[in-house]
Amino acid sequence: MSDFYSSFWGVYITVIVVVSLVALAFLVKSQAVVKVPKGEKVKTLDHVWDGDLQEYNNPLPSWWIGLFVMTIVFAVAYLALYPGLVLTGNMKHWSARSQLGEEVAKADAKYSPLYDKYLKMPVEAVAQDKDARDMGKRLFLTYCLQCHGADARGAKGFPNLVHHDWMYGGTPDRIVQTISGGRHGQMPAFGAAFGEEKVRDVANYVLKISGNKYDADRAGRGESTFKQVCAACHGPEGHGNTDIGSPNLTHPSGVWLYGKNEATIIETVTNGRSNVMPAWKDFLGDAKVHVLAGYVYSLSHNAEQNAQ
Amino acid sequence: MDNQTTYNYKVVRQFAIMTVVWGIVGMLVGVVIASQLSWPELNFGPYFHFGRLRALHTSAVIFAFGGSGLMATSFYVVQRTCNTRLFSDKLAAFVFWGWQVVILSVIVTYPLGITFNKEYAEMEWPIKILVAIVWVAYAIVFFGTIAKRKVKHIYVANWFYGAFILAVTLLHVVNSAFVPVSLWKSYSVYAGAVDAMVQWWYGHNAVGFFLTAGFLGMMYYFVPKQAGRPIYSYRLSVVHFWALIFTYMWAGPHHLHYTALPDWTQSLGMVFSLILLAPSWGGMINGIMTLSGAWHKLRTDPVLKFLITALSFYGMSTFEGPMMAIKTVNALSHYTDWTVGHVHSGALGWVAMITIGSIYYLIPRLFGREQMWSVRLIETHFWIATLGVVLYIASMWIAGVTEGLMWRAVNPDGTLTYAFIDAVKATHPYYVIRFLGGLMFLSGMVLMLYNVIRTASAGRPVDAAIPAVHAHA
Repeated sequence: MSDFYSSFWGVYITVIVVVSLVALAFLVKSQAVVKVPKGEKVKTLDHVWDGDLQEYNNPLPSWWIGLFVMTIVFAVAYLALYPGLVLTGNMKHWSARSQLGEEVAKADAKYSPLYDKYLKMPVEAVAQDKDARDMGKRLFLTYCLQCHGADARGAKGFPNLVHHDWMYGGTPDRIVQTISGGRHGQMPAFGAAFGEEKVRDVANYVLKISGNKYDADRAGRGESTFKQVCAACHGPEGHGNTDIGSPNLTHPSGVWLYGKNEATIIETVTNGRSNVMPAWKDFLGDAKVHVLAGYVYSLSHNAEQNAQ
Repeated sequence: MDNQTTYNYKVVRQFAIMTVVWGIVGMLVGVVIASQLSWPELNFGPYFHFGRLRALHTSAVIFAFGGSGLMATSFYVVQRTCNTRLFSDKLAAFVFWGWQVVILSVIVTYPLGITFNKEYAEMEWPIKILVAIVWVAYAIVFFGTIAKRKVKHIYVANWFYGAFILAVTLLHVVNSAFVPVSLWKSYSVYAGAVDAMVQWWYGHNAVGFFLTAGFLGMMYYFVPKQAGRPIYSYRLSVVHFWALIFTYMWAGPHHLHYTALPDWTQSLGMVFSLILLAPSWGGMINGIMTLSGAWHKLRTDPVLKFLITALSFYGMSTFEGPMMAIKTVNALSHYTDWTVGHVHSGALGWVAMITIGSIYYLIPRLFGREQMWSVRLIETHFWIATLGVVLYIASMWIAGVTEGLMWRAVNPDGTLTYAFIDAVKATHPYYVIRFLGGLMFLSGMVLMLYNVIRTASAGRPVDAAIPAVHAHA
């Protein structure tokens, strides 16, 4: 058996189980013979404890013995058919893994055609197809809602998919790519490199370019730092870069995955951020990812259907 | 005062009173967490959060309430059926105070978030060591008393108490094996599936030995005493005792069906759980049939009602348990509230009711009274408690089956019909009913405390004299 390095354990387990079952059967049998002789009454045994505690010695109820024996017989039959006695294997060649494989194969055979037919359609067309969109929504509610929410509007740290501002781009290809391969977004920590004052200055510059209230002195000092360091990913104007998932910082109602008040921006610059969208290609397959992408695309593009 | 002409009732009295007190504390925490599940706004801050209070609830009802009940009754029963005083008064006092320190440490550390992270064994390593020391002292007092008994035969109740004490020692030591990293943090020495298997070998045998064998010991003394009838069958007690303590040890894997646990382990757990049905029912039959010839007493004696209803719930939950251990049934019931309902039909219906009945038997005898201050109040307690249990388990059956069916429902395109939150919404009304059931059970315990206080203050502590030994015992 693959569960063990040594075949000794198969013998060890089998012997203990068989001896145990035999011992249980013997225990029942050794006590199962007694019937009260006709015309005789059951008497108490000859011991008394604590003044009045006594015991009859009634025979075992026969239905109870029957129940006991039945469960032992069931155990023997079950262990012959299913894994248990490691040494002997099992007559049905059953394993949890093989059962899972069979059920997955059955489900794939039944459901795959439903999804496969949409693979030929472009994602934009899938988004227009009501049946496909409904299937996509059900997939979304099974696999995506835990992070993005039932309404797909996300939460702190989890992107809003109804919005037009996309960290990795909102074209059909990009959405498919994001779902299939997942994303790992990283913002490095600058707390140690900048020091507290400089972090606050940069944060105020970010507040300025995003159209929020800011401290003018600090923003002025922060600008040069931003252009020297932050611009590498976010661009000199702070427009971001969807190729690497660096958010656009000039969009006042944009992504702002963690929030856009001064304290949160300071936290982000100081400690950095690391965030993961899992990859679904291996688990769902291309066809389901395609249908899912159609649904996600429809959330920000099909205004009229969303209104329904 | 080591007086060999009387029984040591002092430690029994202490444990009996604390059984009622800890029962109220543990069940109150249970009602609190049931309300938190119904109304999540009631989770306040880290200390008063479900995640921490849940472990406090289980430990308080099992080890504080159940443990005190077992220690009270075992110290009483072992003395009276051995016709001798406890092995050592000093050690017995140490067991009492040591156990109270264990309970208080648990009550302080769990809400602080100090946890070993193993279910029903969350106490951190310094408390675990204290548990082990107190437990060994308990074993010495119990078995020492058996050794100096003045009668030849060991009464059946003591077999069960003895098995419970020995098995819990083994379970606690093996499951608790830890590597400390600081005063209040340690890690299990086991890893992965092995850790899970050790945990459930411990967890299920905590049910089998702490919550079953120990309380069967209680049953074997207090049912025949209160009914005034001999035990139905000595032969049955022999067979079901050995079969029960042997088979329980195998049943743990049924908690890990369809997990990373190897298939062969799961199969063995399942078949031995089924074999456990008959040995469990042996205890129920022996208890209930002891009443034959005295059924009429059930009408007038609320203490007997508690004891016999406890046996009925015992029979019901030990039928339900093997059924839930069958893999196909488990595929539906696992991770649902059905499991919670099953546990409580055992915990409230069997463990709590047999304990309550036994403590009602003990209190007047420990305080030199004929009977409890108010028998009618016991009757009220009985009906409130029974109705509470029924509400609890019926609501959890419905909630559990609903969850199981909703989780596995699929649409024609193979997607899940319901999101997880849909099942949460569907079960919410049953959570409220469960809360009410628990609240009723707790209210009954408050009536009990009042009745106990009135009885104790009307009487005075007594230590019964040890009678001369029966010639033929």
